[in-house]
Amino acid sequence: MAAVMTIEELRHGLSRRKHLDKLFVVVGLLILMSCLGLLALLFLDLVRDGASRFGWDFLTQFPSRKAERAGILSAWVGTSMIMLVTAVVSLPVGVAAGIYLEEYAPKNWFTGIIEINVTNLAGVPSIVYGLLALGLFVYQFGFGQSVLSAGLTLALLILPIIIVGTRESLRAVPKAIREAAYGLGATRWEVTKDHVLPYSTGGILTGLILGLSRAIGETAPIITIGALSFIAFLPGSPVTGEFPFLNWDWLWSEFTAMPIQIFNWVSRPDQAFQQNAAAAAAILLGMTLAMNAIAIYIRYRFRKKINW
Amino acid sequence: MSTTATTRTAAMGEGVFSSLRYRKHRDRVIELILLAAALVAVFTTLAIVFILVYESAAFFEHVSIKDFLTDTQWTPLFDDAHYGIMPLVSGTLTVTFVALLVAIPLGTIIAVYLSEFATYRMRETVKPILELLGAVPTVVYGYFALLMVTPFLQKLIPDLPGFNMLSAGLVIGLMIVPYVASVSEDAMRAVPRYMREGSYAMGATRLQTAMRVVVPGALSGIAAAYILGISRAIGETMVVAIAAGMQPTLTFNPTEPAATITAYIVQVSLGDLPHDSIGYQSIFAAGLVLMLMTLVFNLIGFFLTRRFREAY
Repeated sequence: MAAVMTIEELRHGLSRRKHLDKLFVVVGLLILMSCLGLLALLFLDLVRDGASRFGWDFLTQFPSRKAERAGILSAWVGTSMIMLVTAVVSLPVGVAAGIYLEEYAPKNWFTGIIEINVTNLAGVPSIVYGLLALGLFVYQFGFGQSVLSAGLTLALLILPIIIVGTRESLRAVPKAIREAAYGLGATRWEVTKDHVLPYSTGGILTGLILGLSRAIGETAPIITIGALSFIAFLPGSPVTGEFPFLNWDWLWSEFTAMPIQIFNWVSRPDQAFQQNAAAAAAILLGMTLAMNAIAIYIRYRFRKKINW
Repeated sequence: MSTTATTRTAAMGEGVFSSLRYRKHRDRVIELILLAAALVAVFTTLAIVFILVYESAAFFEHVSIKDFLTDTQWTPLFDDAHYGIMPLVSGTLTVTFVALLVAIPLGTIIAVYLSEFATYRMRETVKPILELLGAVPTVVYGYFALLMVTPFLQKLIPDLPGFNMLSAGLVIGLMIVPYVASVSEDAMRAVPRYMREGSYAMGATRLQTAMRVVVPGALSGIAAAYILGISRAIGETMVVAIAAGMQPTLTFNPTEPAATITAYIVQVSLGDLPHDSIGYQSIFAAGLVLMLMTLVFNLIGFFLTRRFREAY
């Protein structure tokens, strides 16, 4: 075949292939830019729709039947409390599991099962976690439709993210550091606690914040366990002025959260409420992006400080 | 003098040994605590399976499996109750199909572009943006679908209802483009450089190298990216609950409103159904079907990635 191909044919084929190459560069760039552009446009539109509602009142007022008087006070307080429970539960469990899998676990079928489980849990649809929590936390354990149930649910949901983050940052610590510590007679836990963990704090914090930024926007699981959309009271404050200064009632309180409030407002036909939804969505989006920015900053800072 | 020194050494030796014993003992206890934390993952999986099966078993005491699979209506909350899951499955599949129609071509082209054509700076700027987009709460995408995309589509298709699967599917597709692009791009970057160089040496252009060397070489990773996208689309809840409507309808026409499995679970959860009622149990049966659908696609993905795995 090559024998019957003339120089002209070859040149023609080559120029056609080069044209296709250039065409793909244009098409690829166009598609990339239009996807990002379309999303940027949607975000800008969201901020514009909600712009009229931004303000101090919006943050300090309870939801109301009148759109212009409604605010997100109970929503952001609820979200903060849920995030507190989620962080307090998922951080120790996730880090401990990560340490076990990376530093302790022998290579055998049992460890394999745990690892497959962690991978698969990351792919389970979030609403299924909601069903799990509804059956287990709300009814079997009797925690009810409370801040505690919601926090535990989201803690389970982000556990794989924290485990994976912990493992990656532990893996980045050079073997030489562990061997030097073992050489001085340290036990495995001493090596881990005094030498490996201090170097991986940055990575672990990054994993935690990325996990929380995922949890803060999760709507489906906490609707499933029964978040209310109209809450005109705040759970009791966790800190009190009298002895013993801590109050646990808030854990058992009914709650609402930012995404629930947005869902409730967006589903109403009244346009004034949809503006509220846009404003609340823009604030939630801002919170998520801010958390991601912090995570990226922490990762950068810690990476710069370490000199092996 | 020398006796005191000897006693002191002996005492120290004993102290060292007892402290070593203590430290080893402590190590053992800590290892068990760490293991317990790792087992939380296993227990979560077991608990998910147990709760779904346990509550569904109660559901299937009232409803025969045959009705569940063949009835064409899903109305568990009505007086005239029908329990056919098919309308919810058709809704889920239609939305997923529309989403994939958007996400797979766009995501793949973006991945090829970023991996093979874009400059280093371009890639280093765009990749973090793609990852950031993955963090946007889905309820925000629901707002886009209902209040921005649907009104726009209604200008193109005048008799499009306010709730429809088309708009929800398109927005979910746009939402998972960054996932598909980012994961596929990782897979393509992992194809070793010498394979590209071999292809260039034979006179292939960049596009030919990308399509005939890099993409086939990264196929197992790209398949994994698609499966990730499918799982996300099937399990996506808020966009469909907000924009696709809540009425279970047996249809594969994306311009109609229809409920998905996830939307039905949300709808029931918003009401206050008593524990142990058939409506309460029905969401667990729906959830079980959702899990099985995700599982089937993941198994297909598992075998595809195994089939196409290239070792370098």
